[in-house]
Amino acid sequence: MTESQSHSEAAGPEAMSRRGFLAKGVAALAGASAVAAALSPLRDLDPDDLPTAEEFLQKHYKEMTAADRERVFERIREEVERRHGVTPHLTDPPPMDGVEFVYGLNLSRCIGCRKCVHACVKENNPSRSPEIQYIRVLEMAKGSIDVETSNHHYDPETVPKPDKYYMPVQCHQCAKPPCVKVCPVEATWQEPDGITVIDYDWCIGCRYCEAACPYWARRFNFAEPQIPEGELNPDMAYLSNRPRQKGTMEKCTFCLHRTRVGKLPACLEVCPTGSRKFGNVLDPNSDVHYILKHKRVYVFKEDVGTLPRFFYYFDERGSRYHEPIAPETPEGGA
Amino acid sequence: MRRYLAFLWDCFRLSFVGDWRYHLWMTLLTLVALGGLHAYSHQLVHGLVTTGMTDQVSWGLYIANFTYLVGLAAAAAMLVIPVYIYRNLHLHDVVIFGELLAVSVIFMCLMFVMADLGRPDRFMHLIWRFNFPISMLTWDVIALNGYLLLNLHICGYLIYCAYCGRKPSKAFYIPFVFIAIVWAISIHTVTAFLYVGLGGRPFWNSAIIAPRFLASAFAAGPAFIILTLQMVRHFTRHRVSDDALLTLRRIMQVAMIINVFLLACEVFTEFYADTRHIASAQYLYLGLHGKNALLPWIYSAIGMSLAATALLVLPASRGLKTLNVACVLAIVGIWIEKGMGLIVPAFVPTPLGEIVEYFPTAHEIMVCLGIWAAGLLIYTILVRVSVPVLAGQITYARRWDAPGVGAEPPKTLV
Repeated sequence: MTESQSHSEAAGPEAMSRRGFLAKGVAALAGASAVAAALSPLRDLDPDDLPTAEEFLQKHYKEMTAADRERVFERIREEVERRHGVTPHLTDPPPMDGVEFVYGLNLSRCIGCRKCVHACVKENNPSRSPEIQYIRVLEMAKGSIDVETSNHHYDPETVPKPDKYYMPVQCHQCAKPPCVKVCPVEATWQEPDGITVIDYDWCIGCRYCEAACPYWARRFNFAEPQIPEGELNPDMAYLSNRPRQKGTMEKCTFCLHRTRVGKLPACLEVCPTGSRKFGNVLDPNSDVHYILKHKRVYVFKEDVGTLPRFFYYFDERGSRYHEPIAPETPEGGA
Repeated sequence: MRRYLAFLWDCFRLSFVGDWRYHLWMTLLTLVALGGLHAYSHQLVHGLVTTGMTDQVSWGLYIANFTYLVGLAAAAAMLVIPVYIYRNLHLHDVVIFGELLAVSVIFMCLMFVMADLGRPDRFMHLIWRFNFPISMLTWDVIALNGYLLLNLHICGYLIYCAYCGRKPSKAFYIPFVFIAIVWAISIHTVTAFLYVGLGGRPFWNSAIIAPRFLASAFAAGPAFIILTLQMVRHFTRHRVSDDALLTLRRIMQVAMIINVFLLACEVFTEFYADTRHIASAQYLYLGLHGKNALLPWIYSAIGMSLAATALLVLPASRGLKTLNVACVLAIVGIWIEKGMGLIVPAFVPTPLGEIVEYFPTAHEIMVCLGIWAAGLLIYTILVRVSVPVLAGQITYARRWDAPGVGAEPPKTLV
């Protein structure tokens, strides 16, 4: 653009004919190869990562017709079979009428053994590497219920340690879920039975819900999830424990593939101390109904106002802090 | 229509014409941008595990840069307001550079958001099922894209009119200018609301974030434009008066003082009350339980902001050298403050009290540099094209209608 530059440019179109053309060709070739080099890592792209036309056009779960759903489920079954060598039993149990699930956890009894954590992993097919776990057990110092003083990575020979108590945290299935509010594409929503679910095929992976969750309940697949051969749980549902993809969010679903057909969550079944109680809060005969009515209940971070369906409670008697727990001891008050 | 295609073609041609410094600059930018593309391709293949982000700190450099750049884009309004509302004619010539900056910066914002998505292949879901008005992110999508269109229209229209050699009709752009002013405020406010609206993150859940965003944007934006205008003046024939630069300096003075004041308000509220909600602020300013990765960042940010403010207030910054130093300090200081200082600490400690620190990876930094390079590339081209066109050197009449030229190749550019 300087004067000399404009002169040389002004030398006329003929002057640049052949040499100019060659130079341009070389420049274009160099440019193209630079772009190709920049894009070279894409050669390692797993063909499964590229959405097929069908996947690209797949509708949001709530917009699918019965026929759409069957087609999508068939595709997922084939995919699971191809990738994991297991024929899955893929279901889509609907929420039951008149049911609102809540979960109570007895802080007087929990011994911090983390059996729930591992049962959950076995049940829900999260990635083992990188490791994803829905339940985080906090080792708390007696005398405080402030989680900032907790130890997430305690690893003693035996639990419980006498000067500690243990507080497992998982998705609180809030009645006013901030994660649902912030999702830009409605990939996560609250079901009529109170369970917040995710359509893994709809999530765009922005992680806004993860930032919004006050309970740190959501987990993101930063890499392609890895599940060792033979460890895949073939009993799976579309909205809960079917295998997830890289780049999407996941979380606890109260094992809806079990609980919606009358079973209990995997974390509850495995608990050796009976610290976990689950049920329909609308049923006056349920454990959870009884506990909420009669026990000392603590709602974690009640001040953020999300109305959790997961709560903690304490025993008046029978706490592990007063009496030794023998395996055959009948359950405490509840 | 033919004329418009000719316009686009000439713009395309123009962007390849320049002296060796121009070509060197463009080549460097292209290389850095390709480096970013390379790192991004890796990310596409392996997932966001290539970044330093974790479930604990789930947003990092991408969102930090995005936040900062939204502010830079909003700052284009700072040039427009004095011109059209206060009729400050010093700035009239330079408004277009502000708006071109807004256009290229919004492109960068969109690239940063795309880079942050785990499933960029599903971005169409935003159109098919848009959680508006509940999700603030959807507001941001509308605000940013709307702002992009507004600025594209205003700049495109003015430049095209100059190309056609006709006077722009006010009805076609003045109303949009006023909409863009309000819109500029809205893009930064809405972006602040993304964070402010989260009750589970006490560090963000504060009403002061939006005004602080605006104050810092209105300092960093003019700072960037002061530097750009000097480049334009140095490398092109476009004349920019010192008065225009000094008017921008005045805007910066006020914005920087407000920014520092708001920072002081925030620090006081957090530390004097000293509740359990200040863990993040403690981590940022003092370190928490021996973890203190952010200390060097935040103190250099505060130091730069204070130094920039002091320089701007002193009469010495009427001289361009001092002013430029102040501008660089403000740009870098605010970038750190918005990035490492605003996004990252909100994630430390986690809502469950775990302290996991965030360290960006080389991949992530390469992607960021690549996006910056791509943005500067866009901006350089836009400025490169608009200067001669606006100066009336390149017009349709001169390029295509000259008698006797007919089908011959177009006459040389510039």
